[in-house]
Amino acid sequence: MAGPEMSFDRSTLWIVIAGLAVGSYALRFAFIGLVGNRAMPAWLMRHLRYTAVAIIPALVAPLVVWPAPTGGTPSLIHFAAAALTFAIAALTKNVLLAMVSGACSLWVLMYLTG
Amino acid sequence: MPISTVKSAFWKGMRDSAPFVLVSGPFGLLFGVLAAEAGLNVIEAFSFSLAVFAGSAQFTALQLMQEQSPTLIVLISALAVNLRVAMYSASLTPYLGDAPLWQRACAAYVTVDQSYALSMIEFERRADWGTSERMAYFFGTNGLVAPFWMVATITGALVGASVPDSLGLDFVLPIAFLAMIGPMLRTPAHVVACFTACAVALPAAMLPYNLGLIVAGLAGMMAGAQAELWFERRTATKTEV
Repeated sequence: MAGPEMSFDRSTLWIVIAGLAVGSYALRFAFIGLVGNRAMPAWLMRHLRYTAVAIIPALVAPLVVWPAPTGGTPSLIHFAAAALTFAIAALTKNVLLAMVSGACSLWVLMYLTG
Repeated sequence: MPISTVKSAFWKGMRDSAPFVLVSGPFGLLFGVLAAEAGLNVIEAFSFSLAVFAGSAQFTALQLMQEQSPTLIVLISALAVNLRVAMYSASLTPYLGDAPLWQRACAAYVTVDQSYALSMIEFERRADWGTSERMAYFFGTNGLVAPFWMVATITGALVGASVPDSLGLDFVLPIAFLAMIGPMLRTPAHVVACFTACAVALPAAMLPYNLGLIVAGLAGMMAGAQAELWFERRTATKTEV
């Protein structure tokens, strides 16, 4: 069975897997294994607190405004599904509920608009 | 410490983590399906989950590779998304730092959102626990979640190739990311970081090599840090009055 075409080559994939394996293990081991109880500078911790909540929205914003399924043309359906997902996630803090409602709303909207 | 309390700490960790299977299962499944859609075979998808074992970083890397970003940008962005585990590692150290190195090395691998969150709650509550009970509990919280995540990835990768294109799966990943942001918006400063990053990311998308992501991410982090200071100062002035 032939899978879908891959848009990147296999060596890139394995470099990324190996790099992430080493990198994320190093992040996890850094303190518990090496640093111990030494305190980190406050300014550094203050910035680190916001890495995930900055990087993920930065990744997702262009994907919502210029969605891949339309080839990058802004689309009301995709924007509406994204807005609903975000609203439910922000209000309920329930990842699974937000994901399921977002995906279902997308499918309903796609069905309604043909 | 007697073996029995260590054993029961492990089982308690496992029981407490049971609800999280409902989250890691579907996420692993989704990762498998999207990896298959991106052209990864079952072994590649499974190796990804086994070696990296960090959901949001895996999703980020998958998305960026499909956008043909340079490998270095893929690695930096995915690791940045996962920087929070370094903070988990730091705050677990007072509780687990006395354990033998091989145990700490294993604990590092299974330091993820749910093992950290559950353990911090339990460690603060159980003052009677020694390092071995704490370590047992910590591993227990991964006893179900880690195997489920792996099995779900394999299952997803197996069915992924047969999912029809008409389902619009190329937009499910953005939806999954948006859903993940919700619980991160814990304070007003987190909200500021989130929206600053979005606002910068749109014009910055014109930058080559997906560098816009790094620029917007840094802008969001700085905005969050400044907002935190600002909100702190405001509360301080209020209490003085």
